[in-house]
Amino acid sequence: MAKPFSVRRVPGFSTIAMICFIGLYLPIVTLVIYAFNAGTSIAIWEGFSLRWFQSAWNNAQVIDASIRSLQIAVTASVVATVVATMAAIATTRTVQYRGLTFKYAFINLPLLVPEIVTAVALLIFFSRVKVWTGYSGLGYLIAAHAAFCVPFAYLPIRARLESMDLTLERAAADLYATPFQAFRYVTLPLLWPGVLAGFMLGFVISLDDVVITEFVKSGGQDTLPTYMLGQLRRVVTPEMNAISTVFLLLSFAIVTIFFFLSRTEKTS
Amino acid sequence: MTISAAEASEQVRRKDIRDRWLLSAPALILIAVAGVGPLLIVVLYSFLAPGNYGDVKWQFSTDAWFSVLFTRDIFDDTLSIADAHLSIFWRSIKLAIATTGLCVAFGFPTAYFIATRPSHNRQIWLFLITIPFWTNMLIRAFAIQEVIRNEGIVNTLLMKLGLIAAPIPMMFSDFAILLGMTYVFLPLMVLPLYASIEKLDFRLIEAAYDLYASRWNVLFRVIVPLVKPGLIAGAILVFIPALSSYVIPRVLGGGKNLMIGNLIELQFGQGRNWPLGASLSVTLVIIVLVAMLYYVKNASKSGGAHG
Repeated sequence: MAKPFSVRRVPGFSTIAMICFIGLYLPIVTLVIYAFNAGTSIAIWEGFSLRWFQSAWNNAQVIDASIRSLQIAVTASVVATVVATMAAIATTRTVQYRGLTFKYAFINLPLLVPEIVTAVALLIFFSRVKVWTGYSGLGYLIAAHAAFCVPFAYLPIRARLESMDLTLERAAADLYATPFQAFRYVTLPLLWPGVLAGFMLGFVISLDDVVITEFVKSGGQDTLPTYMLGQLRRVVTPEMNAISTVFLLLSFAIVTIFFFLSRTEKTS
Repeated sequence: MTISAAEASEQVRRKDIRDRWLLSAPALILIAVAGVGPLLIVVLYSFLAPGNYGDVKWQFSTDAWFSVLFTRDIFDDTLSIADAHLSIFWRSIKLAIATTGLCVAFGFPTAYFIATRPSHNRQIWLFLITIPFWTNMLIRAFAIQEVIRNEGIVNTLLMKLGLIAAPIPMMFSDFAILLGMTYVFLPLMVLPLYASIEKLDFRLIEAAYDLYASRWNVLFRVIVPLVKPGLIAGAILVFIPALSSYVIPRVLGGGKNLMIGNLIELQFGQGRNWPLGASLSVTLVIIVLVAMLYYVKNASKSGGAHG
């Protein structure tokens, strides 16, 4: 049974692609299924139950770490989005000036440095600052997260800005709008999808971070990922699966919103 | 005093640039303080002597750099190559290259598959590749762990089918690390490759077939050279995080199968030789920068604009 010849088809490629898609999802699906296991094993199915979700919900450490994770992710991504928006406005729609290339490079620099190296650098730096100032609160984690979220927030905002022209803002200025009014009522509404995309990227990146958090955190400042990393060394029960499932659901929701946001942006 | 129009516009331009610096200042300061600035301290620390209980003594020393490559025998002061460090560096490089290779082998067909779908379906397939990329890396490593551990799905299934009598130990090995890294970094290969293949001019392939090229020749002498920029971008995007991977070897490699990232962490934990950890970190950054430069050079040579 010969298939009609197509110049686009390469034999075997579709099969490998299918293996990839199945391979990408199979471990995640297995993980989610066993979150509903009635037994204590993460491999032997003993019936459906929600006991592990309940047990995670009643685990004070898990709830504590989740709340901290959300606090850090929200604060850090808001800070990152605000400074990234300002930086994006400052670096787009302009003639080349001295330092412009430097700004681009510097803002994207955190993407190039291996995370473990940044983590070690922050460990050294912040441990000194902690001694000097006596402050050892969440501020360090928030600052570190905000810093590595900036490039992620900056990219979509800059992309959005570059596709906007200056005519509308000039029109606003011609009609005696103050620079602030022009920004608030003209630039920002047009820029909003980019800002939202930047915020969500930053939020997901911050929520997922393990390495930098693991090195920067002081005692008792576990986030959900560092708590899970600690637990993985012990005997694992489906409670881990249950926590992972909720986590996955949250990431999935954010990515889906992000996807549709960027899609409507393209069609409009 | 009157000013000319040219001077006035020059002043406006100056003010504009000053405003732009002020606007970008918070981002630059944040990154300098809590991002890349502290790297300078790491460079400084790599030239200091280790303190007795971690941290450093404030005296200049090149011992740390020396012990990246050599060890001094504690009894007769003879020098030998630091096998432990070199073997970890070598293993990391081998694993990162193998991961990149596997990602090409699986990612290229996948990217090609997506790029040749009808255009309204492509977004959905791309979305399916992107989702795992945005889910927590730790959770994905944990998912792989559940699949391959002794009491995991694969072993349980094989034993139920009677194919094996005892579970095959797969966890805590280089194989586990390789599998985990390929799994985690695959989307980083597929996305840039897709961007390249999508722009492929299929008339060229048609022309090659018209000239009696075999499928094999079309693939390796027409398609691959045309998508080379995407291939290089993907390879760099996979190689760099694979080389500096920390979480995956920790979760899947156990205590014995270290990579550079874990070796660095050890110097700040039990080993407590901060200067050595600092010099290992700087070495890792240098390797990454060399890989980046290689990429930039190749990208400019092939002259393609790509992401």
